[in-house]
Amino acid sequence: MLNRTAAAVAAALVLASCSTDGSKSPADGKIVLEVATFGDWGYAPYIEQWEAEHPNVTVEYETSGGGDDQREKLLNFVGQDSGLACVEALEVDWLGEFKQFSDRFVDLSDPGLKDRWFDWKSDMATTKDGKLIGYGTDIGPQAVAYRADLFKAAGLPSDRETVAQYLGGDNATWQRFYEVGAEFTAKSDAAWFESVQGAYTAMVNQVEHAYENADGTRKDLAGSEVERIFRTVLQHGAEQQQSAGLTQWSSDWNASFKRNDTFAVVLAPSWMAGTIKSNSGEGFVGWDIANVFPGGGGNWGGSYLSVPVQCEHPEEAKDLAAYLTSAEVTLDQAVKSGGGTPSQVEAMNSPKLLPLTNPFFDNAPTGQIWADRAAAVKVVPFKGPNYKKVHDVVVAGLNRVDVDKSQSIDQSWAQVLSELKSLN
Amino acid sequence: MTTTHDPATGTGAAAPAPERRHPRGGPRRRVTTAGLDLRVSPYLYIAPFFILFLLFGLAPMLYTGWVALHEWHTIGGQGDFVGLANFTAVLGQGMFWKSVFNTLSIFVFTAVPQLIAAMFIAAVLDANLRAGTFWRMAVLLPYVAAPVAVAIIFSNLFGNQFGLVNNLLATVGLPEVQWTGSSTASHIAISTMVSFRWTGYNALILLAGMQAIPRDLYEAASIDGATRVRRFFSVTIPMLRPTLIFVIITTTIGNLQIFDEARMFGGAGGNGPVGGADGQWKTITLYLWEVGWRQANLGRSAAIAWLLLLLIVLIGLVNFLIARKIASENGVKR
Repeated sequence: MLNRTAAAVAAALVLASCSTDGSKSPADGKIVLEVATFGDWGYAPYIEQWEAEHPNVTVEYETSGGGDDQREKLLNFVGQDSGLACVEALEVDWLGEFKQFSDRFVDLSDPGLKDRWFDWKSDMATTKDGKLIGYGTDIGPQAVAYRADLFKAAGLPSDRETVAQYLGGDNATWQRFYEVGAEFTAKSDAAWFESVQGAYTAMVNQVEHAYENADGTRKDLAGSEVERIFRTVLQHGAEQQQSAGLTQWSSDWNASFKRNDTFAVVLAPSWMAGTIKSNSGEGFVGWDIANVFPGGGGNWGGSYLSVPVQCEHPEEAKDLAAYLTSAEVTLDQAVKSGGGTPSQVEAMNSPKLLPLTNPFFDNAPTGQIWADRAAAVKVVPFKGPNYKKVHDVVVAGLNRVDVDKSQSIDQSWAQVLSELKSLN
Repeated sequence: MTTTHDPATGTGAAAPAPERRHPRGGPRRRVTTAGLDLRVSPYLYIAPFFILFLLFGLAPMLYTGWVALHEWHTIGGQGDFVGLANFTAVLGQGMFWKSVFNTLSIFVFTAVPQLIAAMFIAAVLDANLRAGTFWRMAVLLPYVAAPVAVAIIFSNLFGNQFGLVNNLLATVGLPEVQWTGSSTASHIAISTMVSFRWTGYNALILLAGMQAIPRDLYEAASIDGATRVRRFFSVTIPMLRPTLIFVIITTTIGNLQIFDEARMFGGAGGNGPVGGADGQWKTITLYLWEVGWRQANLGRSAAIAWLLLLLIVLIGLVNFLIARKIASENGVKR
């Protein structure tokens, strides 16, 4: 009897798992659309609003995993006829990889939306033959988030204007950044910045052709700018111990924000402000943001919403994706989260955005800071089909030296080169 | 596996099946309905298994072999036929051999303590405890927990800087361990998760085996003056051999395919490298996953799958030979 029940349950489970398509029609005749993002992008209230205007559609919002999980999922299902949500998030680092398979995505280009995004943002998601595979959500211009209390204790300037000037102001360089780091670590028990991965990513995002040539073929990285950055970051991060020796996004890294004395600086893209706040906890006091960035402005991340062709209701999905990436929605999100960087021209130029402040960061004028930081970005790095794969190998190399402490810089770089050689 | 180990007779070799076929050699051979039924229906009864196996076991396996012979992008699909190039590429990579080593190492770290613990727990449960069912259920509880959930919690416990285990070590005055730093440390951490999940399960199977041992053997032994410990080693363990063999074989196969725990360990919330920055805990299945779903090289990934199959068959054979030897010794001794 028990066996029979178990078998029935198992059968029900199998049936249930077969029917989780991106779109399906339940008994009440309503269309069901799924939206999948990596992490919670705060879409729930806007989805509700959109549903109210589209009574024949029910939207399910899935928020799971990290960016790498999302990429694995897409790699697995994009080539197939089911398995994905109707609206799927894409991240800029591997957008180029999926652009190769643009026939697996619905062409979202729409004359009415032509001027909605910054040109470079939509250009990145546009194929050679003019197909748009994703609507831009946000961008990730970077500033220096710092712990004013730790700065003060170490005898550094602590108010945000002086900190910005101290790091070099408009002419801030990485050399100066690491110099101040040495000064800070000499007088404090805390590390200067959170991870070599963060510092490296910031630096490599300022290189136009880091891993690939303009045609998408891979570069030989021996002796390249990437090698120089790799060594610079590790010399300061690991050898001079300016880094806290953490792996980004790991449980240790998350927990470290709750400590008082782990590190003083996060090279933070605008979206990281939310991460710092949620990891530290609402009541944590000490964080501030300086309107400065070494090496002349940088952008890390920023995403897109796409509609895979396997979606059975592409029109509705396209409409929903367009709504979620409208200036109206992204501006509202920025206002609610105390400053943000939408990729929509209208939202970014809105008079509502500039006066925003963020109480968690000691009421820093985040509206102005992020706008200035976005304007300071000069290089749009090329991210082709191999970008993410190569980036993963290099980042693992960084962590071998700084987190695992199992290899020297030379050993690790040699392994990076050999792993890259065996990559396909 | 296919042999039957009958504890009652102690024979490992399959006894000849009783003659069920229609008697032949009569003056007029004639196929009656009953005869046909006798002849065909046994096959019909086992057919569902083989049909399912064909559909979900053999066919995918052969298709994987086909994929392994081609260049094959995870999205783009079939490319050029490359013969055995994927296999040679995989075999020529240090990371593959590292993953084989990691798998075997995690297996040893897991299987040995786990079996000893399971044996001990089973022996305790076998002694007439009060509320026996409660204890038996309790032992099985970790098995009910989803492996991924277990892995997330254990990954937090084994955090390098702020994990509970290191906090405890520091409190006792021992040096902290960089859990994701070295192979050995990470293997111990992963083995802990696997053992946490499977020890209770194996203990229950061993317990079932123990309870099938005739009680008069124990009585006879204790009349002869054997202590509790002596009875355990001289009665329980020898009588438990067939069950032990089963547990060892299933544990071996399960351990060669460790994925969830290693995938989640040192986890960065769905970000970061698979199996460590230096592949410290990259098991074969994890490596297979990385090549197929991070590097998007399904052809090479399929080749790894086949190499893993060969490895499992090889280890299965060794297991089988040892098991047969043990089983026949078992027969001789009694």
